[in-house]
Amino acid sequence: MIFLEAKQVVKQFAAHLALDHVDIQVPEGSIYGLLGPNGAGKTTLIRIINQITGPDSGEILLNGKALKPEDVQRIGYLPEERGLYKKMKVGEQAVYLARLKGLSRNDAIKKLKYWFEKFEIQAWWDKKVEELSKGMQQKIQFVVTVLHDPQLLIFDEPFSGFDPINANILKQEILAQKEKGATILFSTHNMGSVEELCDHITLINKSKTILTGEVDDIRQKYKDNLIKLDYMGETDILSRHLESDYTIQSIEPDHRLNTAMIQMPEGGSVNKMINQLVDHVEIHGLQEVLPTMNDIFIKVVEQSNLTKSVIKES
Amino acid sequence: MNKISLIIKREYLTRVKKKSFLIMSIVGPMLFALMIILPTWFASMDDTSEKKIAVIDAVGKYDKKIENTEYLRFEWLEQGKKDDFSKEYKEQGYAAYVIIEKDLLEYPDAVAIYSDIQVTADVKGHVSRSLKRYLETEKLNSYQISGLDGIIKEIHDVKVNVKTIKLSDDGTEKESSTEITMIGAIIFALMVYMFVIMYGTQVMRGVMEEKTNRIVEVIISSVKPFQLMMGKIIGIAMVALTQFLIWVVLSFGVAFLISSIFLGGEMPESNQIQMAQSINAEMDQTQTSEFADSLAKVFEKIDLVTVVSSLFAFIYLFIGGYLLYASLFAAIGSAVDSETDSQQFVLPVMMPLILSMYVVMGVFQNPGSDLAFWFSMIPFTSPVVMMARIPFQPPVWEIVLSMVILTGTFIFTTWVAGRIYRTGILMYGKKVSYSELWKWFKYSGK
Repeated sequence: MIFLEAKQVVKQFAAHLALDHVDIQVPEGSIYGLLGPNGAGKTTLIRIINQITGPDSGEILLNGKALKPEDVQRIGYLPEERGLYKKMKVGEQAVYLARLKGLSRNDAIKKLKYWFEKFEIQAWWDKKVEELSKGMQQKIQFVVTVLHDPQLLIFDEPFSGFDPINANILKQEILAQKEKGATILFSTHNMGSVEELCDHITLINKSKTILTGEVDDIRQKYKDNLIKLDYMGETDILSRHLESDYTIQSIEPDHRLNTAMIQMPEGGSVNKMINQLVDHVEIHGLQEVLPTMNDIFIKVVEQSNLTKSVIKES
Repeated sequence: MNKISLIIKREYLTRVKKKSFLIMSIVGPMLFALMIILPTWFASMDDTSEKKIAVIDAVGKYDKKIENTEYLRFEWLEQGKKDDFSKEYKEQGYAAYVIIEKDLLEYPDAVAIYSDIQVTADVKGHVSRSLKRYLETEKLNSYQISGLDGIIKEIHDVKVNVKTIKLSDDGTEKESSTEITMIGAIIFALMVYMFVIMYGTQVMRGVMEEKTNRIVEVIISSVKPFQLMMGKIIGIAMVALTQFLIWVVLSFGVAFLISSIFLGGEMPESNQIQMAQSINAEMDQTQTSEFADSLAKVFEKIDLVTVVSSLFAFIYLFIGGYLLYASLFAAIGSAVDSETDSQQFVLPVMMPLILSMYVVMGVFQNPGSDLAFWFSMIPFTSPVVMMARIPFQPPVWEIVLSMVILTGTFIFTTWVAGRIYRTGILMYGKKVSYSELWKWFKYSGK
């Protein structure tokens, strides 16, 4: 079930094409990563979904229906450029922002009480925002984003500026929101968090989608048939017994165990490799190495830049 | 609609709760009350004690030729005392002394006033007027025309006293005071000017605050940028009107309080006595009554209908002018990242406002002039200039036309500003130029 869908979205700024027929399909209840280098058009797409700007062409569907102005109440948005009124008191401000999202005053206070207790920040209620540290302000911003229990949560670079502890809290809370049934879309440079959190991703580069799909599929697709092998024995024992098309990329000797990285040939398999080794080598561990999202990101983006420049030159 | 009212409420409450608002609310009317009361007070206070001035007449022709006034008494001394008089005159109780050395018909500057304090223009004027009149008579006499004495007396008795009478439509007459009308005009024009600048720049600062605090994107994911802008503009307008109403009420309150003390209006007994006593301690009885008299005259000449219609005109012109300028200020605030960047845009916007204050000075000379007419039609100057004309009661159609043009213009500028605003608030770290603003304006549409 697709909850949020962008169809052929185009957005042109003066001389710059920000989005060039971009599609995304975000399944209900999933965490969807929007990746891409700076200036790729991620924030523009997010702003279009939030109805902050409109697309030049294409459309956004929420739950199968075209986006309506009232839908902002079903969305919680934490922008990359986020802040609070510095002179306003924390509680007062949170209530104000919640009411702009359509909550009644009483509901807002009730829900805020819950979250403030959960984060143990009740004491901040009557403090002015300027008295809080940046990390504290980030907590408030997160609370305000999720307070009205939106069906769709959008985080633009949520981890930027977070210290590791707060980043971890944020991760846990994002997962908790998913548990509650929310659909989550976030853009990030933090590839570690993509592997940990995302079910699906779309990679945008230079206004175009260049990669999209489930994270596991993508990692499978981009794997290099690389095997990490821990074994006991002499360092050169492997080369003596492995068939020549299994290339050993590296061996790191240790006191007892050696770790080798082995590139399997096209059509090779783990089982075949084990058969070649099992009588000669004491195998302690064996693992297929999937590429990190970071590797894939760099590879795909560089490839796409390359093809573009080739096209330009010809 | 509900959301825009939330924004208005926030903008209003955060500002009204500030200490600076409270201070302005109290200090403002006190200043205005003082502006009305102080001049009349000073007028009634100046030099009420009698001063003695000695006259040394070396020529001997001018005995008793300088008349005494209410406050000045001139005493003619014998001629010999001249040399060391500068040391003695004080001991003898004189405030100053006049020496006439030669015949003034031949040497007009052979007279001088000596004193250790600066002699006021009043005293100097009185002395020279008295002597001049005497010399004129003298000169005429030298022609030896028969019956001249009678003629001179008649000439001196000729008096002109121009009163200004304002005719209303039904033909009734009321004595008016040009001075008071002018003061009213300048106060109102100044207030519009001040309020537009004060609250217009508050709009700009508010927009900039939201932009630099980076809260703006959070908010416009809940409301439309135009709603946010209008909410702010309206909220701050209400702050301005609240302030204005407090000022009017307090000003009248203070003026009423003071007038009732001196003019015996109806006041709670204890309060009146207490106030009167404390003030009486500082002035003697005669001063009080004189002050009361002149104050009474001021109040008499203020026409209540004019005041009330001026108030309405003020509110309309202020709101119109404010909306016009506030929308421009909002656009500026959205475009820039810091106060320093805003200068290049603020100045051109302020220019017509500043110009309008200069025009107001000309309006006093001639409220019906072409200058006054055209600048009260141009919407960028009309709020201030038309306000200055209102106490002079210009034709109604001119007021209405001016208001219509103003209304049309602020609708237009608000529309323009809205388009710049929605793009500007999301632009960070960009050096903004006029061509950039124009691009934003053209582009925004969707």
